[in-house]
Amino acid sequence: MKLPIYMDYHATTPMDPRVFETMAPYFTEWFGNAASRNHAFGWKAEEAVETARKQIAGLIGANPKEIIFTSGATESNNLAIKGVAEMYAEKGNHIITAATEHKAVLDTCKRLEKHGCRVTYLPVKADGLIDLDMLREAITDKTILISIMYANNEIGVLQPIAEIGRIARERGVLFHTDAVQAAGKVPLDVNRDNIDLASITAHKMYGPKGVGALYVRRKNPRVQLTAQMDGGGHERGMRSGTLNVPGIVGFGAAAAICQREMPEESARLRRLRDKLKDRLVSELDEVYINGSMEHRLPNNLNISFAYVEGESLLMGINDVAVSSGSACTSATLEPSYVLKALGAGDDLAHSSIRFGLGRFNTEEEVDYVAEKVISVVRKLRELSPLYEMVKEGVDLAKVQWSAH
Amino acid sequence: MAYSDKVLDHYNNPRNVGSLDKSDPNVGTGMVGAPECGDVMKLQLKVDPSTGIIEDAKFKTFGCGSAIASSSLATEWIKGRTVDEALQIKNTDIVNELSLPPVKIHCSVLAEDAIKAAIADYKKKQSAAEAQPVAQEA
Repeated sequence: MKLPIYMDYHATTPMDPRVFETMAPYFTEWFGNAASRNHAFGWKAEEAVETARKQIAGLIGANPKEIIFTSGATESNNLAIKGVAEMYAEKGNHIITAATEHKAVLDTCKRLEKHGCRVTYLPVKADGLIDLDMLREAITDKTILISIMYANNEIGVLQPIAEIGRIARERGVLFHTDAVQAAGKVPLDVNRDNIDLASITAHKMYGPKGVGALYVRRKNPRVQLTAQMDGGGHERGMRSGTLNVPGIVGFGAAAAICQREMPEESARLRRLRDKLKDRLVSELDEVYINGSMEHRLPNNLNISFAYVEGESLLMGINDVAVSSGSACTSATLEPSYVLKALGAGDDLAHSSIRFGLGRFNTEEEVDYVAEKVISVVRKLRELSPLYEMVKEGVDLAKVQWSAH
Repeated sequence: MAYSDKVLDHYNNPRNVGSLDKSDPNVGTGMVGAPECGDVMKLQLKVDPSTGIIEDAKFKTFGCGSAIASSSLATEWIKGRTVDEALQIKNTDIVNELSLPPVKIHCSVLAEDAIKAAIADYKKKQSAAEAQPVAQEA
């Protein structure tokens, strides 16, 4: 077993060597511009892009013509939300999203609020899922878009996408989903779920960084977007810019592998994830799983070890790459807003660790990680005044803390 | 973020972890911070009343590695000093010793506060103890 162990697959994934192999010739040998229509270099590049488009469309049940290549999911989210807001401004100005969305969605919505849009941020229940009745009630005759993520990047919970799609369709509102964490991990079908726009990215599915896509529905309804960048009118006029051919080739290859291997891979990761969870839960007291276990990605575990601060835990398991919702690990010094939205209290956010398992994790690694986490949590609890107080029977909620 | 060697050393081998008897009149207890802020420090010291010298110190900390290191260092520094000398320890001394980056300065502030709170508790207990016999005689 090689150290350090990577278990942070929600942040990014290593590129699958098979993907890398597919990409390699498109850097040096077949380097043409896919928009060059009159020579073999261009044709070869265009052909490769169209193959990738088919592979990516296949992964989400779309038509290849509905795939718009971008630089990544942040751009896809921006294009979807701003593009709809601008295109459908005459129809309405109201957008509905959720408090636990990625910043690429939330901050895009915040910017639109400055330009006259009205945004409803739906709260989530304790399990991390939105309340469908609240969604129904939030829709007005001015609502043009519902943007709800497929799977959450921190707690891995899967929103009720099929139901949201049905509600959106019934009410004639467009439905965008940030499907970055779900694509390649769980079976997606834009037609089954009435999804009109979906953001995906290659580097979360064993492809390269710097390339993503936006699915844009072409019929029933035909979704139109106002382009957010001016230029040569590539990608049906929705996203100008010379295509990143090697990146797109890699994205396509990565999508094809995910589609082919998903049943086996997700079962394997679910088993490893459950093994990790079962060991942590059975060998340590006062551990809390954040978000629904039932509606969840097979590879995600987000867990709070009460009375232990997340960054100090990361420090103790420094040969394991995971992440924490603790304030100390964030640039803003604020604990995770996703965990706060679950209403569990800031103290549990400070104590949270996100494990993201993936294609190259082994059972041996899971055993090592479980062992290591258990011993470091025990050590830090020996050091924790809170754990001591709780063991003495003190109710921490009743203590007068000197906040600073 | 990379930790300094001294922070790592205190994190891996924290000095003076534990608790002293809270009810001992010669023991002062300081508890600062709050769970929802992500750090709580408990620092205790035991004073020899005849000399005013801190003969023992213990801590327990819920917080990041820098918070643990700051409180561990604080206990190391106050042991063997008089109460008045301990009050001279500044958070900037801790910052310098541990090479704490700007985002971790609050950990050192908390450690200084913990020392002050423990000494204040000790002094409060001492004045109560002095007042008590008088009250009994009256």
